[in-house]
Amino acid sequence: MSTDATLSFEEAMEKFDPVLGFEVHVELNTATKMFSSAPNVFGDEPNTNVNEVDLGLPGVLPVVNKKAVESSILIGLALNCKIAESCTFARKQYFYPDTPKNFQTSQYEDPIAYDGWLDIELEDGTVFHVEIERAHMEEDAGKLTHKGGATGRIQGADFSLVDYNRAGVPLVEIVTKPIQGAGSRAPELAKAYVAAVREIVKNLGVSDAKMERGNVRCDANVSLRPYGREKFGTRTETKNVNSLRAVEHAVRYEIQRHAAVLDGGGTITQETRHWHEDTKSTTSGRPKSDADDYRYFPEPDLVPIVATREWVEELRATLPEPPAERRKRLQGDWGYSDLEFRDVVNAGVMDEIEETVAAGASAAAARKWWMGEIARRAKLADVDPVALGVTPAVVVELDALITSGKINDKLAREVLDGVLAGEGTPGEVVEKRGLAVVSDDGALQAAIDTALAAQPDLADKIRGGKIQAVGAIVGGVMKLTKGQADAGRVRELILATLGVEG
Amino acid sequence: MAAINRDDVAHLAQLAHIEMSETELDRMAGELAVIVDSVKSVSEAAGDDVPATSHPIPLTNVLREDVVGHVLTAEEALSGAPDAEDGRFKVPAILEED
Amino acid sequence: MSAYELIRSSAADLAAKLAAKEVSSVEVVQAHLDRIADVDGGERGINAFLHVNTDEALAVAADVDARRAAGEQLHELAGVPIAVKDLIVTKGQPTTAGSKILEGWMSPYDATVVKKLRAARMPMLGKTNLDEFAMGSSTEHSAYGPTRNPWDLDRIPGGSGGGSAAAVAAFEAPLALGTDTGGSIRQPGAVTGTVGVKPTYGAVSRYGAIAMASSLDQIGPVSRTVLDSALLQEVIGGHDPFDSTSLTDPSTGLVAAARLGNVKGMKIGIIKELHGEGYQTGVENRFNESLELLRSAGAEIVEVSCPNFGYALGAYYLIMPSEASSNLAKFDGVRFGARTLPKDGPLTIERVMGATRAAGFGDEVKRRIILGTYALSAGYYDAYYGSAQKVRTLIQRDFAAAFAQVDVLISPTSPVTAFKLGEKLNDPLSMYLNDVATIPANMAGVPGLTLPGGLADEDGLPVGIQLLAPAREDARLYRVGAVLESLLESQWGGPILDKAPTLASTAATSGEVK
Repeated sequence: MSTDATLSFEEAMEKFDPVLGFEVHVELNTATKMFSSAPNVFGDEPNTNVNEVDLGLPGVLPVVNKKAVESSILIGLALNCKIAESCTFARKQYFYPDTPKNFQTSQYEDPIAYDGWLDIELEDGTVFHVEIERAHMEEDAGKLTHKGGATGRIQGADFSLVDYNRAGVPLVEIVTKPIQGAGSRAPELAKAYVAAVREIVKNLGVSDAKMERGNVRCDANVSLRPYGREKFGTRTETKNVNSLRAVEHAVRYEIQRHAAVLDGGGTITQETRHWHEDTKSTTSGRPKSDADDYRYFPEPDLVPIVATREWVEELRATLPEPPAERRKRLQGDWGYSDLEFRDVVNAGVMDEIEETVAAGASAAAARKWWMGEIARRAKLADVDPVALGVTPAVVVELDALITSGKINDKLAREVLDGVLAGEGTPGEVVEKRGLAVVSDDGALQAAIDTALAAQPDLADKIRGGKIQAVGAIVGGVMKLTKGQADAGRVRELILATLGVEG
Repeated sequence: MAAINRDDVAHLAQLAHIEMSETELDRMAGELAVIVDSVKSVSEAAGDDVPATSHPIPLTNVLREDVVGHVLTAEEALSGAPDAEDGRFKVPAILEED
Repeated sequence: MSAYELIRSSAADLAAKLAAKEVSSVEVVQAHLDRIADVDGGERGINAFLHVNTDEALAVAADVDARRAAGEQLHELAGVPIAVKDLIVTKGQPTTAGSKILEGWMSPYDATVVKKLRAARMPMLGKTNLDEFAMGSSTEHSAYGPTRNPWDLDRIPGGSGGGSAAAVAAFEAPLALGTDTGGSIRQPGAVTGTVGVKPTYGAVSRYGAIAMASSLDQIGPVSRTVLDSALLQEVIGGHDPFDSTSLTDPSTGLVAAARLGNVKGMKIGIIKELHGEGYQTGVENRFNESLELLRSAGAEIVEVSCPNFGYALGAYYLIMPSEASSNLAKFDGVRFGARTLPKDGPLTIERVMGATRAAGFGDEVKRRIILGTYALSAGYYDAYYGSAQKVRTLIQRDFAAAFAQVDVLISPTSPVTAFKLGEKLNDPLSMYLNDVATIPANMAGVPGLTLPGGLADEDGLPVGIQLLAPAREDARLYRVGAVLESLLESQWGGPILDKAPTLASTAATSGEVK
């Protein structure tokens, strides 16, 4: 695979003005599919969550899922869109083995929601106004697994296997208008926009919103133009950018790649690009032979959806607190400073902290874990903190184990190792690895006596009132107990042994 | 209205995923030209003020409650498949090798 | 009762005799299976059936007999056998749509109408022949050989439902299911001297009928009498939550309408544009006779004009192939049906799909797919599909204006009687013209019925009379149709099929087991 030339981001930004656009696909978490009553469930045995409709067998007909329509209207409302009084479905026609009917039932001329906007706040508080062109309903495709060949990639595979469990899962595709003026903030804005959409659909409860499962998928359009020119440059569409970090990286990469091409006097080919997480680069997607002629026409097997004012208002009344307002409320409840709270939001762990607090941990402890040890490990692994696999329940249990004195911070980190290694819950890991702190005062006393005997000078100093010197003795005790002691209790016992008032 | 020629038919056959021989393309182009010619009056029949009818009987909001219904077993799902492996439908390579 | 009498009985008569336990369902079913074995196979056989469902039909019949003997309350048509057009999917029997691409395919689900037949405990005799994917007016486009017209074995039985019409005309089944997209129930009915009804669009669920043109397709009854069609439509009709275009109206009142027996005071409109020039003389003569009979029975006959019907055929041949090109995209050799590998070159799925569809589809299907792909393609949509949808509006307006003046409309069903096998096979356009009188009903979604109007003077072949009613007023068709049928039959001294030639047994020569 050849590597494309890139300019440095700074140089690219000096020379060109980026224009962005996003198509975000949101999988709805309805009980059933968009057009069939088969279950909408992730991860089951292949081809077990399908009926004849999902397979596109001869003779089948679609019937629209009411909940999916309502979820779509809710998304439209949350994106400040107008809701179409009447809208229809259309067939988008292309042959592909993951598409059972060889057309996708979608919306074309009249999406259910249109003309919306979102204000996107960047890390430093800068707000960008992003206009939403439309949000429309459609169905997901099945899943292809490429076999044989070298890499499991589409190129070079000998054959592919198709699982239609995902075929027909309801999707809402949210399309922005071209986003201009982001400048060097473009990669950040890309990430923040997708994060905002993800947050909104999760907050609405209409999607599980797990990017790692493909519940929220982003296609990012990037084009560059010289500063001062009104006309947009040729754009590329980078597909399957499936984490917030990847969105940022992909937009940055495409800006750098476009800049190198344009700077060298070349032209950008309008095409789809595939994002590769391993190489942090995109490759050209082979243009489909019929990609330019989808032969859309009104779906004759479905009738129009009429969203009456009463229906829309009924749904509007169920809208949950908008994320921005919710953030304000949570910051107040938790007592975090502006900086602390922004860090939490940017790390994408606000929901996790909320769940952790709801499950019984203090706000401070929740922050300590999610922004401390978990964030550190996520950074090392180069994944989003939520993708690490630590659940709020684990954090709550770790915190409770520390608070009760059963383990200390150092041991807690080891316990977390065990949890991530699949050894069970924190309690089970403590048990299996024998990690509980030494809380038997007799055993501790023996260690303290040994430590004091090893450093009689220090013992005298402490007796003489230099209480700060106790730390060195504590250190000696911890060494002797291999860290499995509660430092606070050790300190108390040392002072008691020496007859000094702490 | 444009006439339909052999190249058009070749393009359409590609869009429709139907392999056609040279002879077939020629024959089809001839037949389609006659048919297209006979239906061209349609575009002159109605003015701009006439709305399109997509459904003979107008209905709206035919919706299904979000309740799980029947599914096929994997065996039933794959029963008509020309080729299958590991509970999935098997198809030849998607793309030609580069 | 003799087997001869059984197979010539109407469904209503069979139902009455079954209820009275004068005959068993097994006897009735066996008589029809014997008839199929006698006349359907071989070189000169009717070839109405693509599959004969012997074991299941007899098992269902035996079950009905047992239940009846036990005093169970059964559906009126329980035990009365029926044939099913092979465009409608059935569990336990192959469904081919008359195409090679589905050869050997077994549906894992039943069409809604088939579920209803099962619920009524009507034994299914088998699956009937059709033009491939119902595309044609002669059944010659079947991949499994043409069906022959029982009136003249060298002539077409109409299409696409030639198998269902011929099966009923040849006394192989008292009832059959058909589908009608542009006349596929009514035109075969006309040329075989049988009755067929295209109900109001949405009156019968399309779920499980392999779609040709979704906005035009409709399943309907095929029979020898108007009353039998009414009985069958009441079985198969009604709301289906699996079909979004299904109407919520109950399918009742049709049998009562067929039994009403008068047309006094009804206004019946002759459609100016659907007779005269282009219509065979014998067809015109029989049509005029029917008008006279209706007038004599107290109906008022007036002439109405539907000026936009002239565009109907053209618009139909844009909408139908457009929708068909999309509906037939799923036949690609991935999930079901036959897969054909390309003869040479790299083995990619794209090329396998192309080879599968090239080998699996016949010429007429390919023609319509290409035409539809053209009509929907970028740059042509507005001129073709868009314009055709507007013509649809104009045709609906014509119907609305006509039905403001009259209760039902009347026309010949087909401009010509049955033509010779092969006569129009290489002239698609002249084949399409057979549907000129039946297409407007599909375009507007209104119901239409055909019944035998006698035999054409010049060739002695059956002529069909078509009745059309406003949407959701299917009952009017049965009311007028039954009256006209009884007036005509009293003139003829019996059913028209009494005049059909006796079919020679082909069983001895065929040696073929279906």
